[in-house]
Amino acid sequence: MGLLTFRIGGIHPPENKLSKGMSIQGIEIPEQVVVPMNQNLGAPSHPIVKKGDEVKVGQLIAEAKGFIAANIHSPVSGKIFKVEPRLDSTGFRKESIIINVEGDEWADGIDNTDTLVKEIKLEAKEITDRIKQCGIVGLGGATFPSHVKYMVPEGKTPEFLIINAVECEPYLTSDHQLMLEKGAEIIVGIRIMMKALGTKKTIIGIENNKPDAIDSIRKLIGSDSDIIVEALKVQYPQGGEKQLIDALLKRQIPSGKLPLEVGCVVNNVGTAFAIYEAVQKNKPLIERIVTVTGFPVKNPSNYRVRVGIPISDLLEKANCDMEATGKIINGGPMMGKSIPSTEAAVTKGTSGVLAIRKEESKRAEVRNCIRCGKCTSVCPMGLEPHLLSIIARQGENEKCEQELIMDCIECGSCVYTCPSSRPLLDNIRLGKSNVSFMIRQRSVK
Amino acid sequence: MESAVLYAILSMSAIGIGAAVILYFVAQKFKVIEDPKIDLVDEALPGANCGGCGYAGCRAFAEGMVKAESMDGFFCPVGGNDLMKSLAPILGVEAQEKKPQIAVLRCNGSIKNSIPKFEYDGDNTCSFTTNLSAGVGGCQFGCLGGGECVDACDFDAMYMDPETNLPVVKVNCVACNACVEACPRDILELRNRGPKEKRIFVSCINEEKGPLAKKNCSVACIGCKACVKVCKFDAIDFDNFLAYINYEACTLCRKCVEVCPTNAIHELNFKPRKPKAEIPAKVVKPKVDGVEASKVAAKTEAPKAEVKAEDAPKEEKKTEDIKDEAKATPIVEDKKETSSKEIVSDEKVESIKDNK
Repeated sequence: MGLLTFRIGGIHPPENKLSKGMSIQGIEIPEQVVVPMNQNLGAPSHPIVKKGDEVKVGQLIAEAKGFIAANIHSPVSGKIFKVEPRLDSTGFRKESIIINVEGDEWADGIDNTDTLVKEIKLEAKEITDRIKQCGIVGLGGATFPSHVKYMVPEGKTPEFLIINAVECEPYLTSDHQLMLEKGAEIIVGIRIMMKALGTKKTIIGIENNKPDAIDSIRKLIGSDSDIIVEALKVQYPQGGEKQLIDALLKRQIPSGKLPLEVGCVVNNVGTAFAIYEAVQKNKPLIERIVTVTGFPVKNPSNYRVRVGIPISDLLEKANCDMEATGKIINGGPMMGKSIPSTEAAVTKGTSGVLAIRKEESKRAEVRNCIRCGKCTSVCPMGLEPHLLSIIARQGENEKCEQELIMDCIECGSCVYTCPSSRPLLDNIRLGKSNVSFMIRQRSVK
Repeated sequence: MESAVLYAILSMSAIGIGAAVILYFVAQKFKVIEDPKIDLVDEALPGANCGGCGYAGCRAFAEGMVKAESMDGFFCPVGGNDLMKSLAPILGVEAQEKKPQIAVLRCNGSIKNSIPKFEYDGDNTCSFTTNLSAGVGGCQFGCLGGGECVDACDFDAMYMDPETNLPVVKVNCVACNACVEACPRDILELRNRGPKEKRIFVSCINEEKGPLAKKNCSVACIGCKACVKVCKFDAIDFDNFLAYINYEACTLCRKCVEVCPTNAIHELNFKPRKPKAEIPAKVVKPKVDGVEASKVAAKTEAPKAEVKAEDAPKEEKKTEDIKDEAKATPIVEDKKETSSKEIVSDEKVESIKDNK
């Protein structure tokens, strides 16, 4: 029997894990940091500080407003320089808090040491509150506010907690390195999550190209039978929530439903670490592990980066040859988005910064669709990208909705495999935005 | 053999006659009595089915108008006032006069004015790229250059200018509103054509503060309010660091055009301004210089283009061309320093013909 994997579609792009095995390094804090207010999925946060205020590291500077929203804390200590719109990674100006850095003074009550705290003192309800207070969001890339996942509706008990340590994106190694260096903390984090949810069983899914991480986590778990590590086949998008559940449990989430429908809660391994720090050390989410990689980068590595540091600083630190770089991607090569300016700051969702060589950065010439069906065969959601692409382009929004365009997880497998290099995902994204607009309009009525 | 042919003919005829009788009575029974006025109105309409009137097509418009028995709220932008007047006797009501309108592009973020900061080689549909990023020029309000408005135009009244990467509205625009609806950034607007096609408008919709707007585009409205102060007719609204000229209140005095420090206010089809000596009147400090400039302007004569000749040498030529022809006919110069010359001259010929 082969390794576990999801049942429909999937591709295997070159892994190119250039920064594999590079230990996590710190990075100097610049003189000024820019903290954007829209770091998470859902509503942006509202600044509660004003110009001239003194802040310490970990102090709350922006409050969540709304259900799907997260708090933001100051990643540095210093004085608020301004609250104004600044360029974010999409090229739009979004409300940001700009802080002039002075020293590195931490707010009271935060344990800033590396000592491992194993004993979990808080109760389930308190844990959820702490996660909410500390502004933890899913660190896999989607930045979904984590506390929402722990507010399980009554009558439903998640059977399994699934830890997503797949890291199926090529190039990225931040989760891998985190597991190697902070394995013990992650296990405590998982125990905290299990306590909050009341689940009895946890499965950690790790792709088989990280045997050292699988071994070290298995060793740390020891003889406990409530946490299992499963090695998964190296296949993209193994780390998609729905794909991971399918691979581990052979359960499929119905269209438009959440993992809770099949008794699962899925969290990223980075989130487990962040929850450990929040609950055991009262440390809010102000830094994350970022992989800086790509062929033009001379020292590809993993960095522990405070939120708000400009991406240009990271590239400089990793010694990126900007002359040879044609494109810089925020995230991994498959799902990340290229950024128009390196001025943009690192946010809670920046899992990687990838520099692409000039000769590789342009799209190939778009040719006609030859109806080869490759996109359909690789689509992990069982959609027909070439047809969806056409109807989305024609603006047939009702039909798009019927054909379940909203199920698309935007993994990019169809574009990767298309021999005519057609912009399938571009069109599908257009269709998705039109359909979600249509749905919103309907709900208003 | 012969009898077989005969039977066939006879039976077919019998069926035919029978069917005819049935059909006659059925037709009498289910007759739809339609107001003959609908046909008359429908015939008079242009038949473009553009939807500019707000109805699904010309027939629907005709039906709606005949049913309502009035012309309130009904206007065919393609036919304009002439058509509405000709329809009035059919319905036996008074036609409403409406000022003819034209679509106006309120963005001048051409490649020169808003320099591209990165290269984008993905799908270039406006409705897609508008969510993706602010645009290559960096202005999150400005034109994306995808040409969705041009695709939406049923009257061949728009084209993309490859030099500026901006759409251009031609003189044959019928103000059907299709492009306005197609633009995801609401840049296009229907405005009154004005007497002899004279128009003044703010060619910018950037709502950011001055320095930020200016950073991305050299001809952005920076919200200095110079135009608001100089306007005697209270025709300029100011909101969100952006001036907006109310075309109903504007008297086309051109004062605001003179004071605008970034040349964001455009004037179209005016006679070349009277002169201001050789001094380049690119007004930088709006208030003082602007007033002086206008005083000088009244005395001497020189094409206005010379004023801006520094940054747009092309323009000068064109203005002279226009000057020659402008005496006879109103000409729409589509957009300063933007339209490619050949096409403009074609249009001029067209518009001259139309006028004759």
